[in-house]
Amino acid sequence: MDLSFAIEPVYIATIFFFIVGLQRMSHPLTARSGIVWAGAAMLIATLVTFFTTGLSNLVLIAIAIVIGGGFGYIAAKRVAMTNMPQMIALYNGMGGGAAACISAVALLATHSMVTGGIAVVGGLIGAVSFAGSIIAFFKLQGWMPSRPITFPGQQIVNMAIFLLTVISGVLIVLQPAAIPISAAVVLPLFFILSFLFGILMTLPIGGADMPVVISMYNAFTGLAVALDGFSFAPPNYAMIIAGVIVGAAGSLLTLQMAKAMNRSLGNVFFGAFGATDTDGGQVKGSMKAIETDDVAVLLAYADTVIIAPGYGMAVAQAQQKVKELTDLLENKGISVKFAIHPVAGRMPGHMNVLLAEAGVSYDRLFDRDEINPEFPATDVVLVIGANDTVNPAAHRQGSPLFGMPILDVEQAKNVIVLKRGQGRGFAGIENDLFYRDNTRMLYGDAQETVGRLIQSLKKL
Amino acid sequence: MTEITAFWTAIYIAMLAAFTGYVVISRVPVILHTPLMSGSNFIHGIVLVGAMVALGLATTPLEQVIGFVAVVLGAANVTGGYVVTERILQMFDRSGKKPGKGA
Repeated sequence: MDLSFAIEPVYIATIFFFIVGLQRMSHPLTARSGIVWAGAAMLIATLVTFFTTGLSNLVLIAIAIVIGGGFGYIAAKRVAMTNMPQMIALYNGMGGGAAACISAVALLATHSMVTGGIAVVGGLIGAVSFAGSIIAFFKLQGWMPSRPITFPGQQIVNMAIFLLTVISGVLIVLQPAAIPISAAVVLPLFFILSFLFGILMTLPIGGADMPVVISMYNAFTGLAVALDGFSFAPPNYAMIIAGVIVGAAGSLLTLQMAKAMNRSLGNVFFGAFGATDTDGGQVKGSMKAIETDDVAVLLAYADTVIIAPGYGMAVAQAQQKVKELTDLLENKGISVKFAIHPVAGRMPGHMNVLLAEAGVSYDRLFDRDEINPEFPATDVVLVIGANDTVNPAAHRQGSPLFGMPILDVEQAKNVIVLKRGQGRGFAGIENDLFYRDNTRMLYGDAQETVGRLIQSLKKL
Repeated sequence: MTEITAFWTAIYIAMLAAFTGYVVISRVPVILHTPLMSGSNFIHGIVLVGAMVALGLATTPLEQVIGFVAVVLGAANVTGGYVVTERILQMFDRSGKKPGKGA
């Protein structure tokens, strides 16, 4: 049965539903239906592609889809909500890898200067996105230190590698007869260099900046996919359009995220943020510990409580307990609000998702701009597993955090910091907040600590 | 259509697509940044169809191997991207009564 005539119409419909899907995903109420629209479109596009004229290796294609699809499905189903950001990085990297492979196949065949050039650029971007995303995945997964990894002369080495990559790319496109390097050498060399560059480019970026980086590699992959669309004859317009849309949308999203964190892209990529200790000696005083029972009393006699959660809460899986605590306090007539920093968790919006999963209602969640004026009138602030997002060092010139918008929890009458130990935050910077007079530290695993807090409160 | 006409047509299309992507994403609330990133991650999974064609038209064993890897990676991008996005957006569904068990 020849259904090849259906391919273009189906691709057109696919693009239509992709755009509608993205549009719906950008509004909270319609977001969920958006991915379903896009998903249905992807399914029919995949099916109709089997009818491409002259397509062979059909069994191989089916096997590859089952292997890759099966892995993607199972891994994504099993992963905990807290680990979602690195899964996005992983799948994005795979898309980039697929794009790099398509470029490689295109370059193995005969190509004109134009298609060759486009395939080389697509291959470079795809391979960088692949390697970089995998490093981002390793860092967030904890398989690699999340701090910036730097070495002397790093930027020079990176530049040199990039230059070599470009040179080998140019050699592939021009295939000059004068230079006796065969394509069999230069093509693998080009991809190895691109891959290496992706790794080196990502190593010096600290864990705190990873969301921005993942978002940027997401845009990269989109761009690589679009460029690969050109390597088919006729061009695969579905790939070009979908890829460019992701490239544009992803770039914009990256800029918005960087803005929310008050980091410029140049800073993210070349700043090696958090690699060095802050100018020490500026932090005065000591950390003062407090017992659970005392915190319970403090809470019981408070009128207003604000909870500032961070990634530490999610790591300790304390969301459920925190929700219980919230209910308990509300039953006592105490107002409880959540202060959500834009980058609490590992990505913008990640914390909202984690709290929603635990059943905390949306109207209790307030973003930074809404809640900051309320801190001075707040009796108790519970900082649960947050660190950099509440560090008042951000107001101090000279601190690496300077200028980052933070939650001004230090203005509250009492600040209780629930923390595993005395370590530093993701950015690796000392937190002034912990040394303030109105701050008390409640050490221990967040889930257990909140559990004990609930018990103490019930006894009061 | 000659190759060069098709090329320029594709450039026109790409330019319009860039504007589309820009317009669709601007003015998005911060809480939707993660799901949107995940959603657009799924959409570039369209690379799968290119990978299928690359493998389907492959003639040499080397092309077949690279094409096979491309399809595996592309398919993982598609299914993984979909499931992750779906799971994140599920959390936004206020009608969903049962609160999760904390993963």
